[in-house]
Amino acid sequence: MAKFAFFLGCIMPLRYPGIESSTREVMKALGVELEDIQGASCCPAPGVMRSFDQNYWMSIGARNLALVEKMGTDVVTICNGCFDTLFETAHKLNHDPELRKKVNKTLRDAGGLEYNGTVNVRHFVELLYKDIGLEAIKSKVKGGKNLKAAVFYGCHFLKPSNIKKIDDAERPHIFDDIVEAAGMTSVAYKDKGMCCGAGGGVRARTPDVALKMTKENLENMTAAGVEVIVDCCPFCHLQFDVSQVQLKELQNKIPVLHLSQLLGLSFGLDKEKLGLEVHQVKVNL
Amino acid sequence: MVSHLAEAKEPNPEFTRKVIEQGGKTVNLCFQCGTCTGSCPSGRQTAFRVRKVVRRAQLGFEEDVLPSEDLWLCTTCFTCYERCPRGVEIVDIIMALRNMAVRKGYMAEPHRKVAELISKTGHMVSLREEDKALRKKLGLKETPPTVLSDPKMLDQVKKITEICGFDKLVASGGK
Repeated sequence: MAKFAFFLGCIMPLRYPGIESSTREVMKALGVELEDIQGASCCPAPGVMRSFDQNYWMSIGARNLALVEKMGTDVVTICNGCFDTLFETAHKLNHDPELRKKVNKTLRDAGGLEYNGTVNVRHFVELLYKDIGLEAIKSKVKGGKNLKAAVFYGCHFLKPSNIKKIDDAERPHIFDDIVEAAGMTSVAYKDKGMCCGAGGGVRARTPDVALKMTKENLENMTAAGVEVIVDCCPFCHLQFDVSQVQLKELQNKIPVLHLSQLLGLSFGLDKEKLGLEVHQVKVNL
Repeated sequence: MVSHLAEAKEPNPEFTRKVIEQGGKTVNLCFQCGTCTGSCPSGRQTAFRVRKVVRRAQLGFEEDVLPSEDLWLCTTCFTCYERCPRGVEIVDIIMALRNMAVRKGYMAEPHRKVAELISKTGHMVSLREEDKALRKKLGLKETPPTVLSDPKMLDQVKKITEICGFDKLVASGGK
């Protein structure tokens, strides 16, 4: 059984814990063992925290990596923000020995930790596609409805593509393939690939601007007749879910599922485990 | 007769050098084609123009760029970064500029609050009673096994905050 350290982040465990329980159940069903990282913190968020102080952002990120390294495993996350911070931090520390020395001094002084560059940072969508495979996913599907899905990659899963090298950043397919393997139909819609609007500290500082971007996405999805939004990032998830309540003028509400929850439905897991009751847009799928 | 000719502003290569040092190393490769602005989802909704931010960084127009609200309208979606025909790492330039702006005290109140929450609790959002209840119902540990469960581990985060001077930075920002 493959084993990974499971990086929780903030929004999943504290606002949508159903994503956490779904991920644990789905991964178990697929033969992946997830181990908790005792004492990890916020990644910290690449949009806001990196904007304030890159050295601090990277030092806290390196502490999280150092905790994983001590466990002797690679790390997996179901959040684009956590993925970006951990991936970029590992990348920068691996390619800049002087920087690693400086960050390691901070880690040692703060609690005797250091990071030696051995951890691979994985996003669960990429793990599902490459390590587990579409056939294994298909073999777990127990029926359910075939829904028209707006597959939402978000920004920091694939980009910057020059270092992440996971899929084509402009025309990706791996997430769509997984959603289709789970028995859904991935629908093309206008400007698919556009940002949800929440990132970079925009949601916190200018929520009205974030909302306008989200609205544009929702209108494009509605025009394509989608029945569900499937995301792979709790921050995009929150933005789509909460915004639909704030955008009172919207006639059509689209339920939002994280991929873990969608797979939970397709695999016939107990619906109670999906934590759908905290979703602002009712999920009756 | 009154002249309507604008006075030329002097470039400030010293500021540009700082942007380069702090991660914006590709700033001078930009030839101002505007692919970035044309790709920007935020610029569709606002007057934010990425191209202009990069131009100001190139010319070293510090006073035009650091206090600017526009600098904070980028969602860091990386679309411009991916499409730039000159390989300008635009998000890295924005990050360098934002770091410099924060050091000058330009930090909005909602951002200061987020920064404080992370440096004090180790997380971006708080753990409320209702979160604990739902976690329990879902069969998860009521308190996630993160710094929230272990004050000693949180101390490491606080120590890093102190070593990096982030607590002082946040206290001095947010005017």
